[in-house]
Amino acid sequence: MPMTMDKAQVTLPDDREVEVTRSFRAPRPLVYRAWTEPKLVRRWLLGPPGWSMPVCEMDVRVGGRFLWRWRSEEDGSEFGFTGTYREVQPPSRIVHTEAYEPGTVGGGYPGDDAIVTVTFAEESGVTTVTTSIDFGSKEARDAAIATGMTGGMEQSYRLLDQLLDEQTLA
Amino acid sequence: MGMRRRAPGSLDATFFALSDSTRRAILARLALGEASVSELAEPFTISQPAVSKHLKILERAGLISVGRDAQRLPRRLEAPPLAAASAWLEQYRAIWEASFERLDGLLEEMQRTSSASRRARRRTKR
Repeated sequence: MPMTMDKAQVTLPDDREVEVTRSFRAPRPLVYRAWTEPKLVRRWLLGPPGWSMPVCEMDVRVGGRFLWRWRSEEDGSEFGFTGTYREVQPPSRIVHTEAYEPGTVGGGYPGDDAIVTVTFAEESGVTTVTTSIDFGSKEARDAAIATGMTGGMEQSYRLLDQLLDEQTLA
Repeated sequence: MGMRRRAPGSLDATFFALSDSTRRAILARLALGEASVSELAEPFTISQPAVSKHLKILERAGLISVGRDAQRLPRRLEAPPLAAASAWLEQYRAIWEASFERLDGLLEEMQRTSSASRRARRRTKR
């Protein structure tokens, strides 16, 4: 019986960072595996329905690289992230750089790659994962927010278009 | 045009400004760094005055500002107005949550199969 866990939380802890927190009803080594084995990662790191992950390559060791790419099944648009692992401490902590690859979606942020720190903490069978993304500056973080916002708006307007089409046809 | 009545930086002005794909493309370009009007007009098939009109709407919504360089008058992205930023947070959260719910299912499956294989191992030992 899976007990419902609290939903993901997103906060802006300071001017440069975005932090995502979520708890999972599973032991830490298992959550760590699901986070670091490509064949497992590509089964869940898919975002909203309608996206697939055709590229998921991860060489999880210090200095190793990862390459993630998503594709919209609806219109074929693509974007991705790539980076290098800086710290790998199973099953408690991973630090990697992260660069946005705009693909056909566009957007991005100025300056250096973001630094992503993922920590895994277990308490009585529940593992809490905290992902903190440090963009290096307020400008870069706000640009990333604006990219996400315009991308998201694009998606919302597309849905709205669909809805209006259906209304017109009905 | 009813546009004039929208208060600068209001949610209305923000949503109106974001309701056009050219303006969204301009914002995506400015996310990479400031740019002059002619640089912004380059990728579009529309005229510079048309781009200027879009820029005025974005400026009124508080989404962009004009930089200090008096020659180029570069436009740059402003921190998104608060309401839009919290809309983004919610959207970003929903994207992660969609993945995490899939991960809940995967972790459950992994636990089921690992306890099943433990049982199988015990059986073969006997």
